[in-house]
Amino acid sequence: MAAEEKTETNAEAEEATVVRTQDVKKVYIMGEEQIHALKGVDLEVTQGEYLSIMGPSGSGKSTLFNMVGGLDKPTEGKVYIDDVDVAQLDAYELAWLRCRKIGYIFQSYNLIPVMTALENVTLPMVFAGLTSDEARDKGVDLLTQVGLGERVMHKPFELSGGQQQRVAVARAFANDPAIILADEPTGNLDLNTGREIIELLRQMNEESGVTVISATHDHKMLSVSDRVVWVRDGRVDRIIDRDELKIEVGTIDGHE
Amino acid sequence: MAEQHELNTQISLPLSKAVEISFNSVKIRFGRSLITVSGIVLAIAFLMSIWAGNAIIDGLMAASDPKINLILQQKGVEIDPDSAAAIQQRSKDAWLVVLSLLVCLVGIANAMLMSVTERFREIGTMKCMGALDGFIIKLFILESTFMGAAGTVIGVVVGFLLTALLNMSSFGTVIFDHLPMVQILQDGVKAIVIGSFLSLIGGILPAYRAAKMEPVDAMSLEV
Repeated sequence: MAAEEKTETNAEAEEATVVRTQDVKKVYIMGEEQIHALKGVDLEVTQGEYLSIMGPSGSGKSTLFNMVGGLDKPTEGKVYIDDVDVAQLDAYELAWLRCRKIGYIFQSYNLIPVMTALENVTLPMVFAGLTSDEARDKGVDLLTQVGLGERVMHKPFELSGGQQQRVAVARAFANDPAIILADEPTGNLDLNTGREIIELLRQMNEESGVTVISATHDHKMLSVSDRVVWVRDGRVDRIIDRDELKIEVGTIDGHE
Repeated sequence: MAEQHELNTQISLPLSKAVEISFNSVKIRFGRSLITVSGIVLAIAFLMSIWAGNAIIDGLMAASDPKINLILQQKGVEIDPDSAAAIQQRSKDAWLVVLSLLVCLVGIANAMLMSVTERFREIGTMKCMGALDGFIIKLFILESTFMGAAGTVIGVVVGFLLTALLNMSSFGTVIFDHLPMVQILQDGVKAIVIGSFLSLIGGILPAYRAAKMEPVDAMSLEV
């Protein structure tokens, strides 16, 4: 229900494209062999969308994901984030983009082990030039939002996997990004914790209108996605919209 | 409008924050840091002990007290600074000092390289969050400078105390009457400068290596 309302408001506001790839190809050279990880991918991601990229390992899913997130540059073709060609950016602009526009969530959480939950969340804000006080207040807010208001001073090793991933989610939202990139965010979590993280992501996506792009194997992800892109053998195999998904998921997963 | 404002704010890492982060990462890896630091301590203590030892003997000789001169001669110290034996001794000392400092430099560089390798993932994460190469360099150089500073200060104190003890056992408390404090303080400062400089040099290459990594590469390495 909430999702339907959201798509409506989105349609009203704008159908702006946040990320656009144009015939993206990526070739890795391994010794004498050339590996074509991506063989020409065209993809458009609209603002506020929850997009999942699925595919078996070796399909080029991770490569595509890294392209879309500005972590890797294509061999051929173009990637536009907010209508800016990523290949044209210099190191400073790229860092700025990563800092301000994109929030990353990783499979293995990747929190900085020597920092408390709060320090982890505020680090991107420090990079972005917020003062310590502003950053602290905002960090506490974000951690409260993800349900860790009581644990701001805990170090990562004092937190469970699910809690660490929640900290990572809060950190991804630190600078109010336009895009959240989640790389197998539930890969290291058990079924229920994984579901909680997915729901948290979906909820933040609905509340803030941020675009979520996630690479995943996890079929739980399907139920919350607006669109699912299947990647196979370096190409987009098929793209399935939410309406079609519901039917498919209903038959696969008994919970929905 | 807000967009324009944001565009103008360049991403930054204030020095105070960098100091805090790198200090904490030295502290949290206390055991490992201690080993690195002890390498520096040993090298600097050695350097300091040679300098302080020379200073103490010089002080005793400058006193030109016949009684002290007698003890000096008994202990086999060459009173005439221009004699062949004294010159040979000095060049041998210089060699030992250079060698010990080289070992110290390699030790720091090695410890910092390990520290970088161990933290590929952390570095990649920071870069994903918008850290510039400069931030990473700053953090690692600060880290090695902290260890260097701590190590040299301890080294200077340890080196001086040991030498003083050693000389006291052979010459008696008379050394404290003729202690050239200014000379020893100067040597101490020199040793601290050398030690800090060495840790800076030892830290630069690993820091540079860490900073040049692409985030994707840093993250995909399983360490």
